[in-house]
Amino acid sequence: MDIYDILFWILSAFAVGCALGVILSRNPVNSVMFLIGTFFAISGHYILMNAQFLAIVNIIVYAGAIMVLFLFVIMLMNLNADVEPQKGQLVQLAGVISGGVLFLVILASIKTAKTESIDKTSTDIGLIADLGKVLFTRYVLPFEISSVLFLSAMIGAVVIGKKEETKSVSKEDESEMKQFL
Amino acid sequence: MPVNSTHYLFLSLLLFSIGIMGALMRRNAIIIFMCIELMLNAVNLLLVAFSKIYGDADAQLFVFFIMVVAAAEVAVGLAIIVMMYRKVHSVDINILNRLKH
Amino acid sequence: MGNLSQLVYLVPLFPLIGFLINGLFWKRMPKNLGGIIGCVAILISFVISLGIFLEVKSPAYHDEPKILFDFIRSGDFYIPFAFQVDALSSLFLLIITGIGFLIHVYSTSYMHHDEGMVKYFAYLNLFVFFMLLLVLGANYVIMFIGWEGVGLCSYLLIGFWFKNRDYTNAGKKAFIMNRIGDLGFLVGLLLILFNFHTLSYHEFFDKLHSPQSVVPTSTYNWIAICLFIGAMGKSAQVPLYTWLPDAMAGPTPVSALIHAATMVTAGIYMIVRSNALYDLAPMALNLVATVGLITALLAATMALYQNDIKKVLAYSTVSQLGFMFLALGVGAYTTGVFHVMTHAFFKALLFLGAGSVIHAMGGEQDITRMGGLRKKLPITYFTFLIGVLAISGFPFTSGFVSKDEILMAVYEHNKLYFYLAAFAAILTAVYMFRLLMLVFMGGFRGTEDQEHHLHESPAAITFPLIVLAIFSLVGGFVQLPHLFGGHDFLNEFLAGAKIPAFVHEDASTAMKEMTLFGATVVGLLIIFIGTRKAFAVKQFDGNYTGFRKVLANKWYVDEIYDATIVRPMEAMSNVLDKFAEKKGIDGIVNGVGKTVKWGGDRLRLLQSGQVGFYIFIMVLGIVMLFTLSFFWIK
Repeated sequence: MDIYDILFWILSAFAVGCALGVILSRNPVNSVMFLIGTFFAISGHYILMNAQFLAIVNIIVYAGAIMVLFLFVIMLMNLNADVEPQKGQLVQLAGVISGGVLFLVILASIKTAKTESIDKTSTDIGLIADLGKVLFTRYVLPFEISSVLFLSAMIGAVVIGKKEETKSVSKEDESEMKQFL
Repeated sequence: MPVNSTHYLFLSLLLFSIGIMGALMRRNAIIIFMCIELMLNAVNLLLVAFSKIYGDADAQLFVFFIMVVAAAEVAVGLAIIVMMYRKVHSVDINILNRLKH
Repeated sequence: MGNLSQLVYLVPLFPLIGFLINGLFWKRMPKNLGGIIGCVAILISFVISLGIFLEVKSPAYHDEPKILFDFIRSGDFYIPFAFQVDALSSLFLLIITGIGFLIHVYSTSYMHHDEGMVKYFAYLNLFVFFMLLLVLGANYVIMFIGWEGVGLCSYLLIGFWFKNRDYTNAGKKAFIMNRIGDLGFLVGLLLILFNFHTLSYHEFFDKLHSPQSVVPTSTYNWIAICLFIGAMGKSAQVPLYTWLPDAMAGPTPVSALIHAATMVTAGIYMIVRSNALYDLAPMALNLVATVGLITALLAATMALYQNDIKKVLAYSTVSQLGFMFLALGVGAYTTGVFHVMTHAFFKALLFLGAGSVIHAMGGEQDITRMGGLRKKLPITYFTFLIGVLAISGFPFTSGFVSKDEILMAVYEHNKLYFYLAAFAAILTAVYMFRLLMLVFMGGFRGTEDQEHHLHESPAAITFPLIVLAIFSLVGGFVQLPHLFGGHDFLNEFLAGAKIPAFVHEDASTAMKEMTLFGATVVGLLIIFIGTRKAFAVKQFDGNYTGFRKVLANKWYVDEIYDATIVRPMEAMSNVLDKFAEKKGIDGIVNGVGKTVKWGGDRLRLLQSGQVGFYIFIMVLGIVMLFTLSFFWIK
């Protein structure tokens, strides 16, 4: 049991505990907080595995930007535990059981997978210089395409979130015009 | 027992299953959405683990691209949820059974 | 001009271009322009073919297949779109484009009054294109493409005057009869592919001769017989010949080009091309000879009492094709090709002459209403006479030389076959002289109106007649028997394509040669006098009794086919329509629809519209898949 193993177990326990908190807490704001905790734990795993760049990106993009967006939306809608819709006990039980069955089944099927030992010394793979080289040589086309994806997502979000009032406004304008005439 | 690939498999699987359970148990669309993010992260974790084991940077780049797609997905998905809230004043997905008709 | 054979793709390209131009714009194009485009396309092809022929003739020529592009490539199975330019194909190129050009020129005048003239030229060009593809292909697949293509054009042109129901039926009959033969051909090709894993001529023939090939003789026989069935359909042999006389529904130049000179000889070409195979299949070769002989005899008897000028020529064609197959069947491949060539000359000449007569008579085809046209149509009469002499085997005409060679070859092979073939040759002379007498001698039996309109045809019609008449006269000199100071030019030329020749020139045959020569002269003289007495008459009603009636009705073969094949088939189809189709297949189809509708009604209830439920079902599905894979995949 060296320091790597100890850290692994601590981070794993933290991640699973926070994940359970996400699905069990009644208040959506708490769920978001727990999810952020899970992401921090996963980022810790990344650092443990020498993926420093991804760890930072995970914290910035997921824990920072995306979860803040979630939090923002929840607060905007003023959701709390009182208005939280609840499923019946039976449905919840069914959800837990089917999730558990899925867990067991996949567990059974990967149980016999070949075990690979992990090289615990540090490597340079996760450093930004190495990733950048690969990203801008072999994956330069997907990288550029992802920019198009972002653009379309941005436009899509704006179009969906926009209020549909342009038509009625123009009608009002028309009536105003008629009054003037 | 020192940590090996099986541990990461189990951890990832556990997080993924928790995400599935959450998606099945809850009715709040935002929570379900968050559970999906959780599942994505479980997969990311496994990819990074394999990247470490096999010493290959490609897996980490896949994680990078998954994050990119997830960010775009969240932007659109939250916009849809906001729109839906504006129409029905609820985030309960059981209200949204128009697909039946 | 040194490497003209590399440009061989130009030969079929020009007719294709002509077809595209005429075919796409036939509604708007002026008739004359369409005719010019059609003729020029073939003329260019002919000039290139001539150059290729001269190149192939030089001893330094090597006939490697010229690969144009990949046609089918799948694993180790490879069929290129390749052309084979050797002695055989270059000779056929000349026949097709040369006679094709003459007939195109002829058609410009013959079809001038027809509203679909440009369309007609489009079809004709398309036919030439496919025919060139057929003879140029370096493997059986390309040949098959051309083979089907000429069948299509034949169908289109037989039914060219599609407003007449009988004509379209004749087209359909030709198409279906050919289909039967094509199926045999296709089965033969698949057998070759299955046993030898190639369809290219070079590889196939190499494998035939390689000592490693462990294919039993029966396989060779089966392949050869299947290919011959294809040839039976295309070249109108017993029992698949009945479409050819009906094919006379098409315009006369079409009959001359497709149903006399070129397309119907495709079967002969194919067997000559596959001679290496047939040499290994003696049973199939015997079958070829027997079928050829039966066809030659049967068709000759049928031609004796026909009253339609084109029908006589049609049966004569069937009979001559029979002679060609007889020659192939006794192993005299070059002789068969030689007869194809000479037959192309004189039969095209006869058909075109008949067309000229029909043209002058205002569409009348019944020879009982003709007679005495000698004075009104002098050029037509003279060229027709040369054609008749050639086909009857008058000494030193082309027909004499080629038919003489066939008879000699058959004599070496089997005496009985020789006497039967000689009898068929005599019948040939009889019906041809009967035709000549009825049309051109004696007195005119038509209406006064027709007599008034009789006129010699314009130059566009007489020019091809004269050219063909010259070739019919001198075409035989390429292979004149040594006895008369000749030389086997054709045999030597075709030896370049590895086609075995029948050599009959030695001292012992000189006697037979002379006998045959004398017998021909005497026989023709007797026939001439006899037919002149019987048919060069003022009155001729064309009604027959007794056995002659059987012959005039073509041995009732069409009726027999109708009773034994067509009617039972129709009855069977009716039964199947009533029971299998209405009850069985319709029941299955409707049943499937009903089942799906019923199931849909039940399954619809699952669509609750609740997203959570859908996710639940999805998870269950994943669980099931994993469970299945866990238990079943070890």
